[in-house]
Amino acid sequence: MASQPKSEVSSRSKWLQPFASEANWGDAIFRGLTLVFALVVVVALCGIALQMLKASRLGLQAFGLGFITSNAWDPIQDQFGALPFIFGTVVSSLLALTLAVPISLGIAVFLTEMCPVWLKDPVAFLIELLAAVPSVVYGLWGIFALAPWMREVVEPGLATTLGFLPFFQGPSQGFGMLTGAVILAIMITPTISAVSREVLNAVPGALREGSYALGATRWETLRTVILPFARSGLVGASILGLGRALGETMAITMVIGNRPQISSSLFAPAYTMASVIANEFTEATGDLYLSALAEIGFLLFVVTLVLNIIARALVWRVARLPEGGRL
Amino acid sequence: MSLSGEHHAWRKLTNSAFSVACVVATIVAVVPLFGILYYVASRGIQGINGDFFTQLPKPVGETGGGMANAIVGTLKLVGLASLLGIPPGVMAGVYLAEFGQTRTGTVVRFSADVLSGIPSITVGIFVYTLVVLASKSFSALAGALALALIMLPTVTRTTEELLRLVPESLREAALGLGVPKWRATLSVMLRTAAPGIAVGIMLAVARVAGETAPLLFTAFNNRFWSDSWKEPTASLPVQIYTYAVSPFEDWHRQAWAAALVLVGLVLVLNISARLLVRNRVRK
Repeated sequence: MASQPKSEVSSRSKWLQPFASEANWGDAIFRGLTLVFALVVVVALCGIALQMLKASRLGLQAFGLGFITSNAWDPIQDQFGALPFIFGTVVSSLLALTLAVPISLGIAVFLTEMCPVWLKDPVAFLIELLAAVPSVVYGLWGIFALAPWMREVVEPGLATTLGFLPFFQGPSQGFGMLTGAVILAIMITPTISAVSREVLNAVPGALREGSYALGATRWETLRTVILPFARSGLVGASILGLGRALGETMAITMVIGNRPQISSSLFAPAYTMASVIANEFTEATGDLYLSALAEIGFLLFVVTLVLNIIARALVWRVARLPEGGRL
Repeated sequence: MSLSGEHHAWRKLTNSAFSVACVVATIVAVVPLFGILYYVASRGIQGINGDFFTQLPKPVGETGGGMANAIVGTLKLVGLASLLGIPPGVMAGVYLAEFGQTRTGTVVRFSADVLSGIPSITVGIFVYTLVVLASKSFSALAGALALALIMLPTVTRTTEELLRLVPESLREAALGLGVPKWRATLSVMLRTAAPGIAVGIMLAVARVAGETAPLLFTAFNNRFWSDSWKEPTASLPVQIYTYAVSPFEDWHRQAWAAALVLVGLVLVLNISARLLVRNRVRK
C-alpha cells in the first residue's frame, strides 16, 4: 500500500521525462513548436514524393517499364512513351556538363588559388548574379540573342570544321539541342563553381604550402596535391550541376525547339522531360495523358533526388574525412 | 644543366598556360552575364512607358497595353509566399541549430537539402494535384504555396547556418543571468543572427520572384485583374514566357520591358543583400 503513491509519482515523472529534462515548460513548448515546423520540411518532401507517385499511378499501370523505352507520344491514340524526352534531357544535360565543368573548375581555381584579394569578392559576386538571373529571362535572351547567333555563327562554323561527325550535320536552325545545352551550361556554371570553390577551400592549407615549399609550381600543386584531395568533392559539385540541368525548365523549353525526336545531329530540335510537362500539362485532356505527364515528373523527381544524395555525400567527404575525398 | 633548364622552362610554360586558362574561363563565364544585362537593359527600356505600369494587357492583335496586373500579381504571389514560407523556415532553422544534434535533426537537414535540389516544376505538379484539383481552379493561393515550398528549405538552412555562427558565450551570458533557454534563443541568439538571416531571406525572395515553372499550373495566368486569392493570377515571369513565345512584335517588346523590371527587382535585392553583409563585416 505504502509503495502505491510512490510508483504513481514515478510513472508520472516518466511520462513527463521529455519535458522534465527541460528547464521549464516554456522551453518544452518552444522546442515542440520548432520541431513541428522542422517536420513540415520532411512532410513536404514526403508529400511531394507520394503525391507524384499517386498522380502517375494510371500511367505506371498502363505502360509499366515500356514507358521509358517507347518513343510513341500520341495523346490522341492514348499512346505515351517518354524515350524522346529522356533522350533530350540526358543529352542536353550531359553536353551542358561537359561545357560547364572545365569553365567552372577554372573559375574555382582562379578564385581560390590565384585571384588577388581585392578582386575576389567582385568576381564571385558576378558569378553569383549569373545564378540570380531568372530562368525565363535566360530563355528570352536565348530566343532573341543566343539562338540567332548559334544559327548564323556557331553552327555553320562547327559544320565546316567538324562537319564529318554526325553530330554537326544537317541544317543550322538555332533552336535545337546545342543551343539548349549552351544555355544550360551558362545556368549551371554558378552552381558548380560555387560548390567547387567551397571544396577547394576545404583542402588543408598545410598540404598546399608543403607542395609550394618543395618548389612545385601552381599547376603541379593543383594536379598532384589539391585535386587528389578534393576529387570526390569536385565530382559532387558536378553532379549537383547535373541535377540542376536535368530539372531546368523555362530557359531550355524556349530554345530547344520542342520536337519529340531522337536525332544524331545536335543542331536538330529536341524535347526535354521538364519542357513537355511545362508545355502540355495545362492542356492535357484525359486522365491517362495527365498521368503520363505526372509520371515524367516523377521520374525527374526520383533521378534528381538520387543525384542530390550522391553529390552531397561526395562533397561532405572532402571537408570531414581526414584523408579527404580521394576516390 | 641545359636539360634541367629546358625542363624548368617547360614547367614554367605549363604553369602559365594553366593560369591563363583559368583566367580565360572566368572571363568566358562572365561574358553571358553582361550580354544578358545589356540586352535586357537596351531592349527593355524601349518597352517601358506609363502604360506598361498602369494598363491591362490588350487582346491579341491590338498593340499597346501594359502589365499592371502582372506586376501586382507578382507582388501578391511573392508576398503571400513569403508569409507562408519564411516563418516556418526560420522556426525549422532554429530547431536545427538549437536541438538538431539528433537523428531527427539529421533527417530534417537532409530533407531540406534534397527539397532545395528537386526541379521546381515538380513542386508545381505537387501543388496542382493537392490544391488546384481539389479547389477546381487555378489560384494565387496555389501559386504562392508552390513558391513558399521552394523558399522553405533555403530559409531553413540559412537560419541554421547563421545561428551557428553566433558565439556560444552570448548564450551562456544570457543563461547565466537566469533567462530561460527559449528566451536566450529568441532574444539573444536569433536577434544577433537576424541581419544575416534577413540577407538570406532577401536572396530566397529574389529567387522565387523569378520562378516561372511552378506557376504555370498553379497561379496560371490572367488577362484581367484577379479580385481574389482564389482566381488565376498573372505574374511577370509567366507573362514574359507567354509573350516571348508569341509571334507578335509588340508582345516581344513588352516581354523585354517585363524582363527589365524583373531583373531590376532581382538585382536590387541581390546587391542590397551584398551591401548589408559588407557593412556588417566592416563593423
